[in-house]
Amino acid sequence: MRKLALNDEILLKVDKAARYIGGEVNSVMKNKEKVDIRFAMAFPDVYEIGMSNLGMMILYNMFNERQDVWCERLFSPWTDLDKVMREKKISLFTLESQDPVNIFDFLGITLGYEMCYTNVLQLLDLGGIPLLAKDRTETDPLVIGGGACAYNPEPLAPFFDMFYIGEGETSYDALFDAYKANKAAGGTREDFLLMACRIPGIYVPAFYDVTYKEDGTIASFAPNREAVPEKVCKQLIVDMEKEYRAIESPVVPFIKATQDRITLEIQRGCIRGCRFCQAGMIYRPTRERDVETLKLSAKRMLENTGHEEISLSSLSSSDHTQLNDLVTFLIDEFQDQAVNISLPSLRIDAFALDVMSKIQDVKKSSLTFAPEAGSQRLRDVINKGLTEEDILKGAGEAFRGGWNHVKLYFMLGLPTETEDDMKGIAHLAERIAEEYYEIPKDQRNGKVQINVSTSFFVPKPFTPFQWAGMYSENDFIEKAKVVKSEIREQLNQRSIRYNWHEPDVTILEGFLARGDRRCAEVILKAYQKGALYDAWSESFRYDIWKEAFEETGIDLDFYTLRERSTDEILPWDFIDAGVTKEFLIREWKQAHEETVTPNCRQRCSGCGAKQYGGGVCFESKN
Amino acid sequence: MKVRIKFTKEGSAKFIGHLDTMRYFQKALRRAGLPVAFSGGYSPHMIMSFAAPLGVGTTSLGEYFDLELTQTVPTSVIEGKLNSTMAEGIRVLSARAVEDAKASKAMSLVAAADYLVEFREGKEPEVPWLEKIEEFFALSSITVLKKTKRSEKEVDIRPYIYEMKPKGSQVFLKLASASANYTKPELVIDAFQKWLGCEPKDFCYQIQRLEVYADTGSETQHSFLSLEALGEKIE
Ligand code: SF4
Repeated sequence: MRKLALNDEILLKVDKAARYIGGEVNSVMKNKEKVDIRFAMAFPDVYEIGMSNLGMMILYNMFNERQDVWCERLFSPWTDLDKVMREKKISLFTLESQDPVNIFDFLGITLGYEMCYTNVLQLLDLGGIPLLAKDRTETDPLVIGGGACAYNPEPLAPFFDMFYIGEGETSYDALFDAYKANKAAGGTREDFLLMACRIPGIYVPAFYDVTYKEDGTIASFAPNREAVPEKVCKQLIVDMEKEYRAIESPVVPFIKATQDRITLEIQRGCIRGCRFCQAGMIYRPTRERDVETLKLSAKRMLENTGHEEISLSSLSSSDHTQLNDLVTFLIDEFQDQAVNISLPSLRIDAFALDVMSKIQDVKKSSLTFAPEAGSQRLRDVINKGLTEEDILKGAGEAFRGGWNHVKLYFMLGLPTETEDDMKGIAHLAERIAEEYYEIPKDQRNGKVQINVSTSFFVPKPFTPFQWAGMYSENDFIEKAKVVKSEIREQLNQRSIRYNWHEPDVTILEGFLARGDRRCAEVILKAYQKGALYDAWSESFRYDIWKEAFEETGIDLDFYTLRERSTDEILPWDFIDAGVTKEFLIREWKQAHEETVTPNCRQRCSGCGAKQYGGGVCFESKN
Repeated sequence: MKVRIKFTKEGSAKFIGHLDTMRYFQKALRRAGLPVAFSGGYSPHMIMSFAAPLGVGTTSLGEYFDLELTQTVPTSVIEGKLNSTMAEGIRVLSARAVEDAKASKAMSLVAAADYLVEFREGKEPEVPWLEKIEEFFALSSITVLKKTKRSEKEVDIRPYIYEMKPKGSQVFLKLASASANYTKPELVIDAFQKWLGCEPKDFCYQIQRLEVYADTGSETQHSFLSLEALGEKIE
């Protein structure tokens, strides 16, 4: 049996020891003497969260299919173990071999959300790897980042040797082959990085220099040596049958992961084009997986894991053209085996209601709508093609079917927002309540309950809103107050509950999302001062971050409040994410004109993603 | 068909808590493709009953749960299918068909359990102790202070120690384990150390459960039979 990195005494003292022991069903063990490359795949959050990340699991599976690579997992130690490891000087280790991470060839870190950045530093620090890439030596692992946040890697640039931009399926093989070739030829770390930066999708920050104007904006961003490409191209697979690397046997955690179920990815990308949504832009074009393959895949994964639930994963699942077929199959095939089916991101219509009534207890479940903005005007600005009519119709049908719980999600602080738009949130909730009480008393199911949640809008790179200014903490709070008091004015206010997210995390997220290289200093400072697990409200310490800004002299407002002009060089402009800047500018203007852009199936708007030669852009309808 | 499964928990598996062990087996049974019976409703669950939960950190060679299958399956097939999908440290030792009645539920049958207690390195009592075990076991009463959430009370645990003897450099114990008289091995060895005049050190035992028994005798004349032995093989 494996020897664990932590002794019994430590493991029995920390919360949920099973986070650190590995050995789960379907985890991959190999003989370390017989592989050429050891890859440590990390997720900078606690085990239960990281194990729910599909992207990481796809790569784990894919890397381990190579005989010459052993990919192992590791996650952020929770704060209790973090403390012990520092005190006792225990090195961070991977779960499979329990070996210290600093003996690995690669350390890959999945960057799923901005608030995990201090945990990235924790991984390096506890792993005994110099925090700054420039301080690493020949024996240190090569640190590579990937995931949604890699689309603006700049705030993390000094901490990483490389970033991988886009979907991992395409270039990792070339990267591993280059690594082996370089090793065989006796090449150095730098030699390898020079090879790597020419592999499509690989960005080596050290090979680029940035200069700044007096006003703080970027003056130039360019390679600092020969043969380094000027643009880094997003990677993606086009053929969802041949290139997609389906997981057959996902690892089954001993403890309950956040997603304690099978995640079946049914498509990538989204046809809708909501202007605030980064995923909807960077994962273009929409590519569906075939329904027959999906059926087979669902069956295999259930057999190989024994999970009792399957969840479909995609943006806007309702847009998958064969969704009805798939869902009907899953219900017919698996429901009598007591397998639950969960369907996030379904548009509420007759089909959805029919499905939902089959798979869940109507009395206990709720309807979810995400109008995102309170008025039709603002919904046109953000290009959210959901009308009040759609919502009332869907809700009305559901109410007659027995539902009486509604969840509504909105954003505050969207570009062009006025007080009327904020109040519109209360009015929409009220109209839904009225819709409910129009049903005769004997035909409805007690009282209706409407939960309104608002978050504050964060502008993200590669969206038409990437130039937008954010609001200050106080402005945000004022906005929430407007909504709150307007809700209290409504006739059915007793049926409406309102909650909003704290603005401080949002502001920091906004800073990190659109930051440049200089922002790394703040992250480092905050980490050194004790910031960790910022994504967790119980450990988030805004005061530490405020001090970090003060001590580094970096101006938070410059990054958050300021609206950028469209000719400014943005920190992420060197990435070709598929959507062109012309398209984004066009959309930014359309937004101000309150003009809606049709979705990819109604009419192509020439976003640039057609260059990849597949997906929705080539459906016959176009 | 009602089946009793006996399994081990060794190595790193000792860090998997009781609830997670249950979840582990729910998934393992599905992977094994056995015809498990479910309760009805929107969130159906397997009809399972675990005997005597094992604390985190304790290893075991004799853990049990009962479960219901919708069809009769040869016990060797059940063993084979489950063992083809076990994680490191967990092994199915046997599957036995048991009588299907409420009173025969694994949980309610438990009367006693065997343990091996080992002192961790450097945590042994500072006085000679192995040779003192017999003398301690010969005492007619052993009073300990039992702490509950609300109070502390003195209890005589001697009647609950059915056997205590040295085994190599370890201590073998057979202890009462029914819900009314459940006795922790730590409690006994702590008492032993105090009787020796030693203060038990923090984190000094590694405990292994060896077997769990039902009592087929009477209060005065125990007759312990392992839970496994109450069931039978089916071809
Ligand atoms: S090129 Fe057209 S169809 Fe393709 S993703 Fe862009 S807008 Fe949609």
